[in-house]
Order: sequence, then C-alpha cells, then structure tokens
Amino acid sequence: MIEVRDVHKAFGSQQVLRGASLKIEKGEAVVIIGRSGGGKSVLLKHLIGLLPPDRGAVLVEGQDLACMDERRLLDVRRRFGMLFQMAALFDSLNVLENVAFVLRREGKYTDKEIRKQVAEALEMVELSGIELKLPSELSGGMRKRVGLARAIIYRPEIILYDEPTTGLDPIAGDRIDRLIRRVWEQLHVTSIAVTHDMKSARTISNRILMLHEGVIYADGPTDEILASSDPILHRFVNGISTPQTESA
Amino acid sequence: MLAFEVVRSFRYRKPSWRDFIYQLHFIGVKSQSVVITTGAATGMVLCAQTYFQFHKVKMDTATGAVVSVGMSSELGPVLAALMLTGRVGASMAAELGTMKVTEQIDALRTLAAHPVDTLVVPRLLAALVSAPLLTAEAVIVGIFASWMIGVKLLGIDGAYYLVNMNRYTIPEDVFSGLIKSVVFGAIIAMVSCNKGLNCKGGAEGVGRATTEAVVIASISILVINFFLTLFLTRLIKG
Repeated sequence: MIEVRDVHKAFGSQQVLRGASLKIEKGEAVVIIGRSGGGKSVLLKHLIGLLPPDRGAVLVEGQDLACMDERRLLDVRRRFGMLFQMAALFDSLNVLENVAFVLRREGKYTDKEIRKQVAEALEMVELSGIELKLPSELSGGMRKRVGLARAIIYRPEIILYDEPTTGLDPIAGDRIDRLIRRVWEQLHVTSIAVTHDMKSARTISNRILMLHEGVIYADGPTDEILASSDPILHRFVNGISTPQTESA
Repeated sequence: MLAFEVVRSFRYRKPSWRDFIYQLHFIGVKSQSVVITTGAATGMVLCAQTYFQFHKVKMDTATGAVVSVGMSSELGPVLAALMLTGRVGASMAAELGTMKVTEQIDALRTLAAHPVDTLVVPRLLAALVSAPLLTAEAVIVGIFASWMIGVKLLGIDGAYYLVNMNRYTIPEDVFSGLIKSVVFGAIIAMVSCNKGLNCKGGAEGVGRATTEAVVIASISILVINFFLTLFLTRLIKG
C-alpha cells in the first residue's frame, strides 16, 4: 500500500535520511521509533507528500508522490488523515469549524448533517459538547483529541500520527494511546505513528520500525523488537545512554 | 510562483464566498478609521500648505484644485495603500507566518486543501475590491477636510474654491487613482501572503516575514506608483 524506496533527504548540510526504505500494508498498525532529531517526522511527512525526497521514491498504491505537483497530491491526500505533534488546529476557528473543515469544503452536506458528524467524531474521542470552544481554551491533550477527530471525520484509509503523546502527562498520553488503538480497531484504518515513547509504541502498534542514522535499522513485530537483544535496539528501547549519546 | 498558483487556483476551485466576505470585512470595513484619518489629515495639510504659498501670488482660490488633483491621482491611492500595508499587509504576513511555523499550513495540505485556494485567493480578491473603495473614501474625506480648512478656517471664497476644483479635476485623475489603488491592493496581498507562506523559523521568523512584507510592499508601491503615473498619464490623458 505504502512503499518508501531508498529515500534521501537533506536540509542544507544536514543529511537526515540516507536511503530509508520500508513497506506498509493495508490495515497494519506501525510505529516508527528512533532518537529525537533522527528524521522520524521527516520520514512521516514524506509518506503524505508534505516533503519531497531529494532522491528515491514514495509510492502510495503504486503512485509515486515525488512525481506529482501539489494539486495532484491533494487527491492522494484524501486517503490520509494526520495528527500533528502540536495538533495544528486552526486557531481562528472553533472546534466545530476545525473538525468540520473537510466536510464544509466538500460542500456535500447540510449544516445539520455536518453538526451530527462532528458530534459523532467528538464523541469517539471522548470530547462531546465542546464544539464552540476555541483551540486556545483547550489543554494539550484535548487539542490532540480534537486533532484526531478532525483527522477521522472523513474516514481516511491511512492515519499518520506525529509524536502523539509528546508533551502530555502520562494519563493524557495513555488516553491518546487507547484512542489511537480504538480508531485502528473500529475504523479498520492503516495506522502509522512516529514516537520515542516505548509505552505508547507497545500499545498502538503490531509492528515496529526503527530509524537509525537515516535508514530503517530494524523492522519486526512489536514484541520481538521490544525484546530484541541487538545492542542499539536494546539501548533505545530501555533508555540506556552510552558515552556517545550522553552528550546529545 | 505565487501569482502562477493564484491563476491556477481560479481554474481548479471556485473561491469561497464565506472566506471572501470575512476578508472583505477585515480589510475593507476595519481599515476605514485608519484610511479616513489619513485622508483627512493629508487633505488638511495639503490645503494649508498650498494656501500659504498661493496666497503670496494671490491665487488662493486655486488651492482646491491642487488638493483635489493631488488627492485623487497621487496622495489618496499612495497614502491609503501605505496605511493598508501597515495594517493589513503586516497582519496577513504575521497570520500566515504563524500558521506556517505552527504546522497549520501543513495541516491544511493534509486536509486536501491548497493553501493558495484557502488563504491567498480570498485575501487577494478582498484586497482588490477594498483598496479602490478605501482610496475613494480617503480622497472624498481629504477633499472635504481641505474645503473645511480652506473655506471655514483660512477664508478662501467657497464658490471659487469649488468651481476651480471642478474645472481642473478631470475624470481621468480619479480613474488613474482608482486603477493605481487596485494595483496596490494586489501588491499588498501578494507580497504579504508570499512572505507569510515562506516564513521559516519560530517567532523570530514570523517577525522577519512581517517586517519584510511591510518594507517590500511599501517600497514597491512607491516605485510602481512613479511608473504607473507615467504610464497612465500617457494612456488615459493622451
């Protein structure tokens, strides 16, 4: 369904991706782990065409995103929903307008239908009755849940999560993890998340990829990766620093 | 590149009336106090200075004509545009810049919405409609203010003031001013949106984008005004 082939990406002199390759099949729940600043979010943004690769290809159902202009990419992106690290809610719009954004643009629904669908999406993320609040009136966890409601309301096939639990307290983080799991199970979507939160990775994935030094270093079922004895994986999963990483 | 995308946008998607009306209110309605104040102050000062010089050669009643022509073809459009750049251009660049650095522009793209369709086109259309209307407002207020100063304060004969104003202000002066204001409206919207959409970094980047938008748009307006004056004088006045 999604295939990344030998993708390279640099920002100025900083080489972030050095030939990353992966394949994700329909219905999988995948987590990409790796150190902060290691290029996980950059890789995620390549999957939806927000960033073009310097070299390599990103294929979605066989279509190479690197060969498309922004307007053709919009059609491909209708398959995707994305939850951003800081939720990226439109701060001039209230919750109702944020969640209803895509439905309003499509122009296919009446106002009553839109309100009903928004209420359902908010109920799914356990936030009923906050339609008229502005993003600035919400906590970090609530914003992420509204962001998730906005991402699922138009029933995308693939949902991308960029550091879904970063910046949240453990309880709020756990709530987001359970929601991600529930969305994956109930809506039968393909779920792809990047995180360095191992507890979160365990909850929301059935497969883990590790991005290390710009390439996919490890790929396997969640339990296998988390129990791996490979020194790099073991140190990362268990949060053990080395003299080289202590300065980071 | 942005201008090219704007043209493509009209081909791909009908502009949103809702966004257009919102921007029209923000750019047009909310800028009125600034533009009216600018027009009135300019008209009064221009009237007083012209009178002080013309009075020396007993040409007091020509004051109205100078103010009227100057306000209609030059000062009205340029000063209204500069005030709009400060109020509207800065706001556009800062708003879009903040959206860029907080990933709201990326969020738009993931929701299958092109930023040019959603953010630039409504602002551009609203600026194209608002700028000439605000300019006309500034010119009318400026001329009225100059009449108040000239006739009521400085004692110029009111009838001659108006007669000379009518005699020497031709419709082409007004048209050239309005055409200029449309061009200036486009410059403000395009420069500001472009700077906002290409903003990099955090708060510092937004500040830089805002400053650059105001500076580039203001200088562009002043430089292009000169060439437009030459071009429109030849084209309209022959």
